[in-house]
Amino acid sequence: MEKVIETSHAIAEAVRLAKPDVIPIYPVTPQTHIAERLADFVADGLLKAEMITVESEHSAISAAIGASAAGSRVFTATASQGLALMHEVLFIASGLRLPVVMAIANRALSAPINIWCDHSDSIAERDSGWIQLYCESAQEAYDSVLFAYRIAENRDVLLPTMVCVDGFSLSHVYERVLLDNDEKVRKYVGKYRPLFKLDARKPVTMGPIGYPNSFMEFKEQQEQAMKMAINVMRVEERNFKKHFKRDFYGLIETYNLANARYAIIAMGSVCGTIKHVLKQSRLKDIGLIKLRSFRPLPKEALKKAFEGLKAIAVIDRAVSFGNGGVLWNEIKALSCLPVHSFIAGLGGRDITPRHIMKAFDVMQKEKENEKRIWLK
Amino acid sequence: MIQGLPEEELFASGHRACAGCGAAIAMRHILKAAGKNVIVVNATGCIEVVSTPYPLTTWKVPYIHVAFENAGAVASGISEALKRQGRKEKVLAIAGDGGTFDIGFQALSGMIERGHDVCYVCYDNGAYENTGIQRSGATPKYAWTTTTPVGKVKHGDERWKKPMPLIVAMHRNCYVATASVGFPQDLYAKVKKGLDFKGPAYVQVFTPCVPGWKIGSDMTIEVCKKAYYAKVTPLYEIENGILRFSMKPEQFIPVEEYLKLQGRFKHLSKKEIKEIQEHVDREWDRLCGLEGKKIF
Repeated sequence: MEKVIETSHAIAEAVRLAKPDVIPIYPVTPQTHIAERLADFVADGLLKAEMITVESEHSAISAAIGASAAGSRVFTATASQGLALMHEVLFIASGLRLPVVMAIANRALSAPINIWCDHSDSIAERDSGWIQLYCESAQEAYDSVLFAYRIAENRDVLLPTMVCVDGFSLSHVYERVLLDNDEKVRKYVGKYRPLFKLDARKPVTMGPIGYPNSFMEFKEQQEQAMKMAINVMRVEERNFKKHFKRDFYGLIETYNLANARYAIIAMGSVCGTIKHVLKQSRLKDIGLIKLRSFRPLPKEALKKAFEGLKAIAVIDRAVSFGNGGVLWNEIKALSCLPVHSFIAGLGGRDITPRHIMKAFDVMQKEKENEKRIWLK
Repeated sequence: MIQGLPEEELFASGHRACAGCGAAIAMRHILKAAGKNVIVVNATGCIEVVSTPYPLTTWKVPYIHVAFENAGAVASGISEALKRQGRKEKVLAIAGDGGTFDIGFQALSGMIERGHDVCYVCYDNGAYENTGIQRSGATPKYAWTTTTPVGKVKHGDERWKKPMPLIVAMHRNCYVATASVGFPQDLYAKVKKGLDFKGPAYVQVFTPCVPGWKIGSDMTIEVCKKAYYAKVTPLYEIENGILRFSMKPEQFIPVEEYLKLQGRFKHLSKKEIKEIQEHVDREWDRLCGLEGKKIF
C-alpha cells in the first residue's frame, strides 16, 4: 500500500512491525515524531511494548542496553545534543555487542545553538563502534529500520546500529512510501534470539573489567564484526530485494555512474538534490555515489565505483576542525585521484542545485589535486 | 556463617577486595537476601572492579556492569524487559556512594520516580575509594580525603553528608531503609523487604573502607558498632511513608569514640569534635521526631 507519510512516521511504522519489547526515549528539543507516533501505537494497543520516558538521553541508551542485555529487542531515537550526551554509553553498547537499533534525525551541535540539519552529531560518533546507515528518502528510512534489525542481530555481526535521517529536511518531510503488509514485514524482520542474555537460569557476567591482557582482543573482535557486517549487508541486500521485490542498497548506491568520468559522493537527503540536478542538466559525464553505510565503510565497493574516474567531489555536512571534511578525508585515503572537498549544509543551510553545479564545475576544471570549498 | 542467613554464598570467595572490605562483606549478605532468582546491575566502582576481572567472576547470579552513573537507568530497562517477557526475576542495582549520591543521582531519581520494580542498594563508604579516596557527597564533614586534605588552612571535608535516604523517600512511592554491614540480620531483612516491595526500593548500607578510613582490616565491624551506638548510622526504614527504627541503642556513646578509631579523623580539634557531636545529636533528634509518623 502506498501512502504519503512523514519520514518520522515511516520509521515508527517500521518499528511497530519490528515489535521491540522496550522503547526508552527522551524528548530532546525538538524530538522528531518518531517517539510520539510510537507512544500512540502503544496507547492504542497496536504495539505491545514498554515505553520508558526516561529523564535523559544518557539514561535512554542505558535503559536500552539493560533491556537488550535481558534479551529483549529494543529501539530508541535521538539527535544532536542528545546523541552527544549518549556518547560514553554508545561505546559500551557496541563493546557489549548488543544489537540496539536507534534512529538519528541528524542535527547540528551547539554552539551556537541550532536545531537544524547537519551530520555533526552522528559523524562525531564515527568511532563508537556503531553501524551507521544514512538515508535519502522516507522509503529508505522505513526500509533501513527493518534492514538494521536484520544486520544488528545477525550473530556474525551483533553490533548496535544507527539509522540516520537528515533532521527536518527528511525527518519532517512527507513523501510517498510503499508500506508492505504487516505479515510480510514481520516475516522479514523475524524474532530476536539473543546469543547470551541475563537469565537467572543460566547466569552470565556482562561488562567485566578487561585488563591489558584481554582488552585488545575484545576490540579486535569488534573490528572483525564490522568487516563481517559488510558481507552480511551484501547478502541482506539480496534477501531484501527477493522478499519485497524492490531495490534496496545497503552499502552504496550509484546513479548515472556507468559512463561517468567524474563522481560526486554524498550521504543523506542531499543525494536527492544531486540526482535532480543530474537529471535536469543531462550531464552524462558525472555520476553520483551515494554512501549508505558510513560505518562500516565499504572500501571495496567504493574502490570499484571509482574505476574509470578522473576526479571526485565529496560533500560533507560535518567538519573535523583542523582537517576539513570527515568523509572527504576518508575518501582521499581510498583513492589516488584528485578528491575535492565541499563543506555544505551546516546547521540547516540549504544545499541548492547551484551549490551542486559549483561542485561539478570545480571537479571538472580544477588542476589542483584537492580543492577545499565551503558551499555557502 | 551468620545466624539466620542462608549458608550458600552467591558472592564467591577469591575476589580482589581489600582484606576487611566492608562493601565486599555487604555483598555476601545482600546476595544471600536476594537468592538466585535475581539480576544484578552494578555501577562502576570498587565492587565492580574487584569482582569481575575478565575472564573471572565473583557473581553466581546474572550480572551486568555498564557505567558509573547509570545503574538506575540500566536497571529500569531490565525491569521493563522482564515485565514484557513475563519473567519473574528480581532486579537488584548496586552502586557506591559516588555512583548514587553524585554522578548517578539523576538516573536513580528517574528510576524511583517512574516506579520501576528495582531494589537499589547503595554501599556507602563515604568517598570515591576505588579511585584513590576522593571526596563524595557522602563524605562526612572534617574527614580527610585526597581531595579534602588536611593542610595549614583547610581541615578536611567542609560539608555535612547529603541526607540521601530522606531525599529518596521524598519521591514518595518507594521503600527506603538504612543498614550497616555491622548488623547483618538487619541488613538481610531490609534487602529482602526491598526486593519484595512492588516498586522501587532504596537500601543504603554503611560499609567501612579499610584504606580510605585508615582503619585496621580487623576493625570494620567494630567501626560499624561504634557508629551505631554514636548515632552516626541510625538504622531505620520508611515504609508506606512511615519512618520506623528497626534497631535503636539503649545507651549511646560519644561520637569521639567512633571518630578516634579512624585515621581520616585523627586531625580533629576538640572544637570540631564538639561540632560533629552537635550535628549527630541534631540529626538523631530530627529522625526521632519523625518516628512513627507519616512523613509523606
